[in-house]
Amino acid sequence: MPTSLTTLQRWNLDKPLGTALLMLAIISLGVIFSASGQDVSITVAQLVRLGIGFAVLFLAAQIHPDTLARWTPYIYLGGLVLLVIVLLTGVIGKGAQRWLNLGLFSIQPSEIMKLAVPMMVAWYFSQQHLPATSKQAIIAAGIILLPAALVAVQPDLGTALMIASSGAFVLFLAGMGWTLIAGILILIAASAPLVWSYFLHDYQRNRILTLFDPTADPLGTGYHTIQSMIAVGSGGIFGKGWLESSQARLDFLPESSTDFIFAVFAEEFGLFGIIILFSIFIFATGRGIIIATYAQETYTRLLAGSLALTFFLYFFVNIGMVTGILPVVGVPLPIISYGGSSVVTLMAGFGMLMSIHANRKIAQP
Amino acid sequence: MAKTKRPVPGRLRHNIVLIVFTVAFVVVAGRASYLQIFSADYLKREGNARYLRVSQDNAVRGMIVDRMGTPLAISTPVDSIWAHPYTFNSARGNIKELARLLSMSVYELNKLATKNANREFMYLRRHVTPKVAQRIKAMEYPGVFLQREYRRYYPMGSVFGHVVGFTNIDDVGQEGLELSYEPLLRATPGKKRVLKDRRGKIVETVESISLPIAGRDLKVSLDRRIQYLAYRELKAAVKKHNAKSASAIVLDAETGEILAMVNEPGFNPNSRLERKSQLFRNRAVTDVLEPGSTLKPFTIAAALESGRYTPGTWVNTSPGFYKIGSKTIRDSHNYGRLTVAGVIQKSSNVGAAKIALTIGKQRLWDILTSVGFGQRTGSALPGEATGSLRNPDRWVTIDQAAMSYGYGISVTPIQLARAYTALANQGNLVQLTMLPGQEPVYTENVMSKSTATQIIQMLELAAGSQGTGNAAQVRFYRVAGKTGTVHKLVNGQYSDDDYVALFAGVAPVSNPKLVMVVTVDGPRGDQYYGGQIAAPVFANVIAGAMRLLNIPPDAGSKYKKQIVKVKKSGPA
Repeated sequence: MPTSLTTLQRWNLDKPLGTALLMLAIISLGVIFSASGQDVSITVAQLVRLGIGFAVLFLAAQIHPDTLARWTPYIYLGGLVLLVIVLLTGVIGKGAQRWLNLGLFSIQPSEIMKLAVPMMVAWYFSQQHLPATSKQAIIAAGIILLPAALVAVQPDLGTALMIASSGAFVLFLAGMGWTLIAGILILIAASAPLVWSYFLHDYQRNRILTLFDPTADPLGTGYHTIQSMIAVGSGGIFGKGWLESSQARLDFLPESSTDFIFAVFAEEFGLFGIIILFSIFIFATGRGIIIATYAQETYTRLLAGSLALTFFLYFFVNIGMVTGILPVVGVPLPIISYGGSSVVTLMAGFGMLMSIHANRKIAQP
Repeated sequence: MAKTKRPVPGRLRHNIVLIVFTVAFVVVAGRASYLQIFSADYLKREGNARYLRVSQDNAVRGMIVDRMGTPLAISTPVDSIWAHPYTFNSARGNIKELARLLSMSVYELNKLATKNANREFMYLRRHVTPKVAQRIKAMEYPGVFLQREYRRYYPMGSVFGHVVGFTNIDDVGQEGLELSYEPLLRATPGKKRVLKDRRGKIVETVESISLPIAGRDLKVSLDRRIQYLAYRELKAAVKKHNAKSASAIVLDAETGEILAMVNEPGFNPNSRLERKSQLFRNRAVTDVLEPGSTLKPFTIAAALESGRYTPGTWVNTSPGFYKIGSKTIRDSHNYGRLTVAGVIQKSSNVGAAKIALTIGKQRLWDILTSVGFGQRTGSALPGEATGSLRNPDRWVTIDQAAMSYGYGISVTPIQLARAYTALANQGNLVQLTMLPGQEPVYTENVMSKSTATQIIQMLELAAGSQGTGNAAQVRFYRVAGKTGTVHKLVNGQYSDDDYVALFAGVAPVSNPKLVMVVTVDGPRGDQYYGGQIAAPVFANVIAGAMRLLNIPPDAGSKYKKQIVKVKKSGPA
């Protein structure tokens, strides 16, 4: 370990990861300004959110992983309680009950669970001997599926899947047996028709069907996909230039500032812009995986791996959705999309990653 | 189970993570590149198809003006209200106020919007007043826009109703001159390519495809002043005699220009409510009737042309009726022995029939055909009827006799007027036209100059104090004309109490300038003769028209008296 600490190191901040996040934040502000029709107030609002996000990142980075591990069960249980409360008294927003009004501000308990679930699973395995046994795996599955189910009935299937995935990453990294993995995959495949028939809402089924033929209902469920594919394709290799996205400017692209912001980015900056943007995402994810590799404690290693993979999963699902290879599930593009809670959650996650890295037990090999 | 093999997750798991990670990245990166490289052109076209639209700029339809340039039909700019249904349906606003301004109920408005939900355009209200347009514009209701259109306005209202016709709400001619000159009057809207947002609002103009071209103005031969006179007099006559319908036509005898054409019942073309087919029929060209005695001058012309008759040739009409087979031709009195001129003057059917039977079918058919019966006039007015003049091979004796006094043949009022131009123009039939200042086109010598002159002299007698048409007389001017009183054919029988009263005449006799035909259908009252009903209309219109056209008086003695009167009153 270096003997003299830089200012960044003193505050547990990771320079490569921080740089990548700052670049994404700058891109976010530029694209939101364009996608919102050059609305300064929306851009400023995003600036404020990003500011809060970085503040949260800074605070999270100051929390020692051991402290975090001690808090984990309480955060998880608290999150569960809030989920139940939001189900009972949640304020109706866009047809789904997701928000909990705390007077001064509203929070989405499902956002807390995005972090709390991997933390809890990691904490659970840190109390056990690894690799995981079937029994442990089943308990872990319970820890994952309970909040995921509560979120799914809000209904917010996209977030529920993301929560379940972040937990599953921990499970996988914890060394769950291959036979068990195969068994779970078979179980998922077998239950798919059941889920399709009994658990999915009509609009959810339509979104999946739309994937196979977006033009089947071009003004209905296929509308988002078609418009965003047009926007991405219209960008071509060099793009139309900043503020020149027709689809967003003429209001044809719905949710152009939030879930579909990548379409605006792609239309304006083309293939070259996409290569740069993807590089930053890959770099950030890779940095997270490296941090996970260096972490030597079960809790930190599992949590870091899950956070990095979850971050990448968000990116993958969002881009897949916008380019028409995945159903429209309402997953924002991390950092870039306009939106409150998700930025704060992500930044908290990155703060944890930085803390984990700064407090690692061994020197870099 | 795996507990003994590895204490912690190993390199395999790490590699799997990396592989999945890489594959996922390749998939999305590949997909994005595919869209941007290989589908770019297609998707750009699709995008353009969504927001590039061709927009219209409406242009002004041409004016219709009379021969002196007075506007008869003009277009004024007006706004129409339209909406983009999708935006309108998803918008919230003061729909109550909007509905009120559109004079609809909120329910009707919503129903309209729901019905058109899948379209990009719907009219909410066409041609609103400027005040309403301004208020709706100020409301800035989402998805509701104004469109500049042109509304047709007819300053002369019902006076020119039939002849000028009208346009529909889309500015397309439907009747009258508006219809027949549609290609000339029509405006060509300009086209431009615009960028429209999803709410249907034009964001910017990309390029202009074609500029709007205004329609061309049409100057017609009608004379507003004479038209008004004819309108006023005909309307008064119809009212006075409680008639069903009536028509009047005034022609410039030399040029064939139509100076006036009116019908009753009339309608105001500015009111869409009055546009009922019964009202807007231009009867002067669309309706056929049997011309009755107004046809006799042509029978006599044929007789004079045959060389067997002169105006002084005696014809015995005694005892006032004439039997042909089972049919009997009657005069209203027993006129005894009449000259040919007397037959016209007294309008003797018996005389005309006897003359017609001596000159042969072909000669009669020839003259009726050569003055244009059975053929359209080419007046350019829509819906013109042809009338019917049967082939003489199929005439039996009674047909030939009846034809001589205008039964068994059907003509339109405008055909009758055209035929009289041959009399007025010393035997030359002129082609009718709606356009002033054209070189007149004649069919020359449909009868000889002397025959035409002699017929006019006879017609002056017929309109004289001893003739049936003495009510046609005009102060200071010599007029010539023929009355007609036709029993209408009702269910195959000639009615005893349903008549058409006609008058066809020429003025002034010394140098004929005008031809006028008046037909009054179904007068209900004590009077029904052409001389009582149609002739006064002729007199009143011609009297005014002569003065308006500055035609020198030709009734010598009366004219001098007038001068004396003026001189007397002058110094006083």
